[in-house]
Amino acid sequence: MSAVLTIAGYGFREALRRKVFAVVVLLTAVFLVLFWLANHYVFTRLSTISPPADVNVDTRTFAGAFLLGLAMFATLFLGVVLAVFLTLGVVSGDAERGLLQPLVVRPIGRTTLLLSRFLGAAAVCSVYVLAVYGIALTIIDLTGHWTPPAKVAPGLELAGGVVIVIALSILGSVVLSSTANGIAVFMLFGAGLVAGLLGTIGHALNSHAILHASKVAAWALPFEALYQDGLRLISSNASGLTGFLLQLGPFGGAYVHGWGIRVWAAGYLCAALALALLAFSRRDL
Amino acid sequence: MAPALAVHELAKRYGSVEALKGVDLSVEEGELVGLLGPNGAGKSTLVKIAVGLVRATRGRAEVAGARAGSRAARAELGYLAELFRFPGWYTADEVLGLHQRLARSEGGAAERKRLLELVALADARDRRVDGMSKGMQQRLGIAQALVGSPRVLVLDEPTSALDPAGRRVVRVLLEELRSKGASVLLNSHLLSEIELVCDRVAILRAGEVAAAGSPSELSRPRGVELETDEGLRTVEGATREDAARLVAEAVVAGRRVYGVRVLTSTLEDTYLEAVGEEVS
Repeated sequence: MSAVLTIAGYGFREALRRKVFAVVVLLTAVFLVLFWLANHYVFTRLSTISPPADVNVDTRTFAGAFLLGLAMFATLFLGVVLAVFLTLGVVSGDAERGLLQPLVVRPIGRTTLLLSRFLGAAAVCSVYVLAVYGIALTIIDLTGHWTPPAKVAPGLELAGGVVIVIALSILGSVVLSSTANGIAVFMLFGAGLVAGLLGTIGHALNSHAILHASKVAAWALPFEALYQDGLRLISSNASGLTGFLLQLGPFGGAYVHGWGIRVWAAGYLCAALALALLAFSRRDL
Repeated sequence: MAPALAVHELAKRYGSVEALKGVDLSVEEGELVGLLGPNGAGKSTLVKIAVGLVRATRGRAEVAGARAGSRAARAELGYLAELFRFPGWYTADEVLGLHQRLARSEGGAAERKRLLELVALADARDRRVDGMSKGMQQRLGIAQALVGSPRVLVLDEPTSALDPAGRRVVRVLLEELRSKGASVLLNSHLLSEIELVCDRVAILRAGEVAAAGSPSELSRPRGVELETDEGLRTVEGATREDAARLVAEAVVAGRRVYGVRVLTSTLEDTYLEAVGEEVS
């Protein structure tokens, strides 16, 4: 246990020392200021919007869910940036630089070493994601007096999505060079986002083929499915036209959701880690 | 008792390249064995297999009787990699502290102080790694390898980044380790260093052991050189035992003898002969 803490602490210190951490923190601060401004103006002007009498839209819920969805997207994006840059070179990059060899020959062994690095990165990124999500929730509550029906679960799902990206990035770092791994993981992330948007388009067009493709992608890349499920949860009490408008996206609705995808995501995470450990145990350094 | 380190029929293939072709080598308890060979001879591959960084294609490697790379083997091992780096933001003391925790050493601050003194870094205890010269980092690497007083020490090019003074520090350190009974496998390009400190030497060439033995065994007699009033004369094939007789014969023959020198081939001669003067 002490070896796990030692290596996790080593990874944590490394994370804090990296410039990418400072860049992400700066970008987050900029985003949160802009987000506060956006909320301020949206909710200030909300009272001036008067939909036709026969259109039953809950403008506050629509604005709140839409803005929180936007914040969740930004949080996921920044969290993934942080996760990828913290882990893209955990094996290949550190081995090339000679940082890994003195650690690997110690009695802790490769499995503990890699799991510890995973835990260190997961702790940093989860705290980051939950903190940004929590601040976004607070901003919406303070400026718009709106809170989603589910507050904790969407944040946990966002953090879970980022943790899955960390596992994929660590797996990639065992078999790919740092640059190739970074590109690969970002492309996977991009593919997931595109698949999510495709689902929204498929829903709007009522296209079963597009919806099916989106569902397959969501199962293949469950970090995207967790994010979508989080979006679904924050707007789960929106019904009628409000719900329909939110479903049109891009920050609402989920086409694969519930406990099925959560359990699948947990299994997927374990499988990605197991594969990474197996590949690392067989890798020459 | 199992040797401190032993490899048997060790082979390693990287794709079409056969880096090791069935090497047998052992480091007995308290023995300091030097590994020599040109670049690409397989020295680093052998070392990496021994410490568990690389998996052998065939054969076996054991550290203190345990399979190389196993937890038991790693617990007995101290290793300095040829290419290594410590995080730049760690101080020398923190690097050793990190490795103490990983090696489960209970030496604490006293051990860290002793090791830093041993490698002449006592004054750099709180200096960050990124503020150290390459030589200082190399010496810190050696101190790191000594954390927890490992039974077997594997040093891969420990003096490659050192200036003559730094090399001397390491040579003195190796002599001290030998006097304390440590078992060391030393991979180095520096013949003089190997010759001075090693009990035995193995010369690798193209993945095979081309020559092995103690430095004195590998140094063969090349004759006796006499300096007389007639000038220098070399008696080919003569040995140390012949020197007194050759001087007496010269005196009887009326020659004035100014000097006599027993000629032996150096380790360098043997090395060049073994590797075929291969330049890599």
